Amino acid sequence: MIEIKNLHKSFNKLTVLDGLDLDFRSSGIFAILGPNGSGKTTLIKSILGMVVPEKGEILIDKVNILQQWTYRNDINYLPQIANFPSNLTVIELIKMVKNLRPKPASESELISTFELEPFLNKKLGNLSGGTKQKVNIVLTFMFDSNIIILDEPTTGLDPISLIRLKTIIQKEKDKGKTLLITTHIMSLVEEIADEIVFLLDGKIYFKGSIASLKEKTKENDLEHAIANLLQN
Amino acid sequence: MFKILKYSFSDLIRSRWSYVYFVFYLLLGFVLLFLNNNVSKAIITLLNVIIVLTPLIGTIFGVMYYYNSREFTELLLAQPLQRKQIFMGQYLGVAISLSLSLVLGLGIPFVMYGIFQSAAIFDFGLLIVVGAFLNFIFVAISYNIALSNENKIKGFGYAILMWLLLAVIYDGVFLISLVVLNDYPLDKMALFATMFNPIDLSRILILLKLDISALLGYTGAVFKDFFGTNLGLVISLCMLTLWVLLPVWRINMKIKKKDF
Repeated sequence: MIEIKNLHKSFNKLTVLDGLDLDFRSSGIFAILGPNGSGKTTLIKSILGMVVPEKGEILIDKVNILQQWTYRNDINYLPQIANFPSNLTVIELIKMVKNLRPKPASESELISTFELEPFLNKKLGNLSGGTKQKVNIVLTFMFDSNIIILDEPTTGLDPISLIRLKTIIQKEKDKGKTLLITTHIMSLVEEIADEIVFLLDGKIYFKGSIASLKEKTKENDLEHAIANLLQN
Repeated sequence: MFKILKYSFSDLIRSRWSYVYFVFYLLLGFVLLFLNNNVSKAIITLLNVIIVLTPLIGTIFGVMYYYNSREFTELLLAQPLQRKQIFMGQYLGVAISLSLSLVLGLGIPFVMYGIFQSAAIFDFGLLIVVGAFLNFIFVAISYNIALSNENKIKGFGYAILMWLLLAVIYDGVFLISLVVLNDYPLDKMALFATMFNPIDLSRILILLKLDISALLGYTGAVFKDFFGTNLGLVISLCMLTLWVLLPVWRINMKIKKKDF
């Protein structure tokens, strides 16, 4: 369970999060949406402790996690851009991340799902964007954690990998995990998300199910409903 | 912290530049001993090289490693690790691998030449210790600069400027001030000013140990009185330690509030 209370963050003069209140009480898939620069990544990075907010609290299972670090053992994070040290090989990177986290990992099934075997001994600097993203996905899902945060998970993936990714996400949801996903692809949201959180100007503009959003905006299609939300 | 240290260290000793640096010192050591055929003289020449070169290499490696490992750092930040552990591990990885290049690169030729049988063993030891100190100091300072500047080019520029200031400009200003204030007793001020520049401090510390302070005239005598004693040595080494600890402390302060 994640609770965010009165979160403020600005970069120089640009206010990104402006007294944001939000909670994810149940398990399920939450899509975090919003226009570019609306603070989605800042919100996610605040939960991860990579961005230090000026004011406010973030509680995970009722414990304030700001300036803490052990709680990250129970979070899996897929970063937006898969940038890895370029002189490491794929298998070295996987081993390293496994070594850094004090919990068991099951990577072999994921490696075969995404057909990464031929790349295991290749250097990360020589991989294509899509293959890097697959490695990124393996690193994210190989641990069994209660909270999974995915920042633009579909970037660069081919249609087959995308289907496999959706299956994995669905499986994790069925295990009762909390998944936070940011994306700009509305069909993905419509397909998998249980609830939508719409960010605008550093605040929560809408939070609820897809059906209630459609009802509120009187639109039949999610893309138009979001556009409608933005225009009003 | 040790896991990060291990990764940074193994990452660096696999890089080509560490070898270049190591081989450079190795060649320098052999050539100097071959040309001088005298350990003490070789040490003096070496001093002049180390005093300028280790800070420069430390500065460049420190800045470069920070900017090059940004992605790696971000990956680590999302893991259950303390920020302090991540950055201290990386810092120590850079500083230790550079110091290792120095110690091995110079150690091998001097040991082969028979430094252990020579009376200059203490001087050589001090030179290596001071060189290692300079590595730790300048990597720490350059890490500070890199942490404060998101822009790579700016960070690099400031770091080189910092090196230039401490290695060259400081001496110039120091000298001019001595000439201008010639009518006043300057020994205390000179001693004091030396303490505020790790490069000057290291240079004078070793020069005086090498017993060539007669070349330095009257001021040399005052300095000899201070640095030549064990108290002077202890105070100087304390100052060098302080020069390591202060930038390291600031790194830890800085990363507490930094966004990635």
